[in-house]
Amino acid sequence: MNGEEVGLIGILFAVLGGAIRVGTPFLFVSLGECLTERSGRINLGLEGNLVMGAMLAYGISYISGSPWLGVLAAAGAGSLLGLVHALLCQQPRVNDIAVGIALMLFGTGLAFFWGKPFIQPTAPHLPAISLGGWSDMPALRAALEINVLFIIGIILAPALAWFFRTSRWGLNVRCVGESTEAALAMGLKVNRVRLLSTMVGGALAGVGGSFLSLYYPGSWNEGLSSGQGLMAVALVIFARWDPVKCVYASLLFGGAAALGPALQSVGVTWGYYLFNAAPYVLTLAIMIATSSAKRRLPGMPGVFSNVK
Amino acid sequence: MMRHLETIAIPVGAVAVSLVLFGVFITIAGANPLEVFASIYRGAFGSWFAWQDTLVRAAPLMLTALCTALPARAGLIVIGGEGAVVVGGFCAALVGIVLNGVLPPLLVISSMVLVGALAGGIWVGAAGALRHYRGVNETISSLLLNYIAIALLNFFVVGVLKDPATLNKPSTFPIGDANMIGAIGESSIHWGLGYGIIVCVALWFLMRRTTFGFGVDVVGGNVRAAQLTGLPVGRLIVSACVLGGAAAGIAGMIEVAAVHGRANTSLNAGYGYAGILVAFLARHNPIAIIPVAILLGGIRASSGVLQRAHDLPDATTLVLQGLIFVLILASEALYGRIPWLQPKAPPKEQPVMQAKEQPKEQPA
Repeated sequence: MNGEEVGLIGILFAVLGGAIRVGTPFLFVSLGECLTERSGRINLGLEGNLVMGAMLAYGISYISGSPWLGVLAAAGAGSLLGLVHALLCQQPRVNDIAVGIALMLFGTGLAFFWGKPFIQPTAPHLPAISLGGWSDMPALRAALEINVLFIIGIILAPALAWFFRTSRWGLNVRCVGESTEAALAMGLKVNRVRLLSTMVGGALAGVGGSFLSLYYPGSWNEGLSSGQGLMAVALVIFARWDPVKCVYASLLFGGAAALGPALQSVGVTWGYYLFNAAPYVLTLAIMIATSSAKRRLPGMPGVFSNVK
Repeated sequence: MMRHLETIAIPVGAVAVSLVLFGVFITIAGANPLEVFASIYRGAFGSWFAWQDTLVRAAPLMLTALCTALPARAGLIVIGGEGAVVVGGFCAALVGIVLNGVLPPLLVISSMVLVGALAGGIWVGAAGALRHYRGVNETISSLLLNYIAIALLNFFVVGVLKDPATLNKPSTFPIGDANMIGAIGESSIHWGLGYGIIVCVALWFLMRRTTFGFGVDVVGGNVRAAQLTGLPVGRLIVSACVLGGAAAGIAGMIEVAAVHGRANTSLNAGYGYAGILVAFLARHNPIAIIPVAILLGGIRASSGVLQRAHDLPDATTLVLQGLIFVLILASEALYGRIPWLQPKAPPKEQPVMQAKEQPKEQPA
């Protein structure tokens, strides 16, 4: 095996490992956003939930010594922010996208405010499971150090798809997202369904944040999130509102984000920042290619449709 | 006059309520809220020194707020101010570097303003055009364009266009001291503030006193009605976005030509995102943006005083801004619902038939 080949395989494994590590927060925020959007609301503020979740998870893990308690707290904080979003958005004339931006500002502000004392100390991390023990290649073994949260996310995605497809509650969520009028005719409490969906979606985004601070990169500071929460809405469009496709989309985004550093590690430094833009360019290109002014996107919940 | 009462009373009330909530928050955090409010005032408007800091911060906010406000009048939620600042500032810097010494400073600065505005206008106009002609969600596309702009800036600033002399913070070559926008008189306030106020007033005139502005408002109010009356909906939407983007592009140009002297990553310092808040607080009215930007600039300027005097984290002002933003949006629900703020129409002028306000849960 010559050096060039090792480099190439090394890049491949680094991208694979990166896709899983960087992609896990993407997975949770996109699943959360998917649920919220299927009920007919857009929550653009998941970045706030993510940063809040990251801070709280790290703080609670540091104080209590249990990272799982931290994850739970992150989920709780995320659902609270989701509750505020839902309560505000059910008022007349209140715009859900604008409220999302506002809550993002508020959530990150609170997280930075309370998070100051936790920047220095080291908190216990979430455990990882080694799935690469069979291999004698260190690069592959490193790539297959899988965090438990990723596995939970991977199971959650098909579970959510099953929930939408077969359960009564899932049908309710879809119905509310498809047509407010139809849902009312069915006797559903539209606002309550959206409130619960936004709360659970917010909780998932909080869990995504806990992965950032408790596993990778694995510390709390104010520059921890690079906009993963903001990307949730784009990811869900990318995944066509399908939870299983959210997994692929998250891995793709994670991999694209890992490409630049992986190339840099083998000495390719040219275009590092261009590779950083790859996921965004890709999303934009796909949105342009699949959107139309005359029909709605396949899979898009009906209430978002501005074409009649 | 009574109609104006509501549009002033409700935002002022919302800000007042958010200040009370912020006071509660500060009390819980263990500081004296009254002293903190006094410090915010001192840090923002308490002295000539504070005023200068506030106004310098307000200048870019006025321009980036227009980037959200103008498209909003046409019914679009654009959050691409940050990207427009970055491309505007970067392209303006390129022009400045190329023309430095070739043309007299006045012409160099004029070209920088034009190119910055053009670059920002194209950037945000693209989001508007994609929305109208391709149905691409403008909020998401403008957000993606922010990230793309920042990545491009990093690529060029770290790569081909890097001035080797800038080691700690990779930057382009300088545009030259002669081409910098100077300060106003003896103050430390640069003329960027003048640019901001002029652009706000000009766009207010355009939006409120011309048929173009009226057309944009009709499109924002009801697209279908605008189409039926034969308005060029697409052109109005794209123009509103281009104008907003151009304003944010000028903000980038000012950051380069008045503050940094070259283009670097200081361009994406968050002015674009803060502008969104200013636009919503000003209810997308270009003239109201001026005082709101000064208020917000003041709050942001007071951050240092809060840290020094009360040992509060610098995120304190972020919490306050978030609270104000949330409550302003929530207060939208109150319009037309507070009886004593409603205009009293003389009985004879009452319309025969009135469109009923539909509660959100009622079937149409």
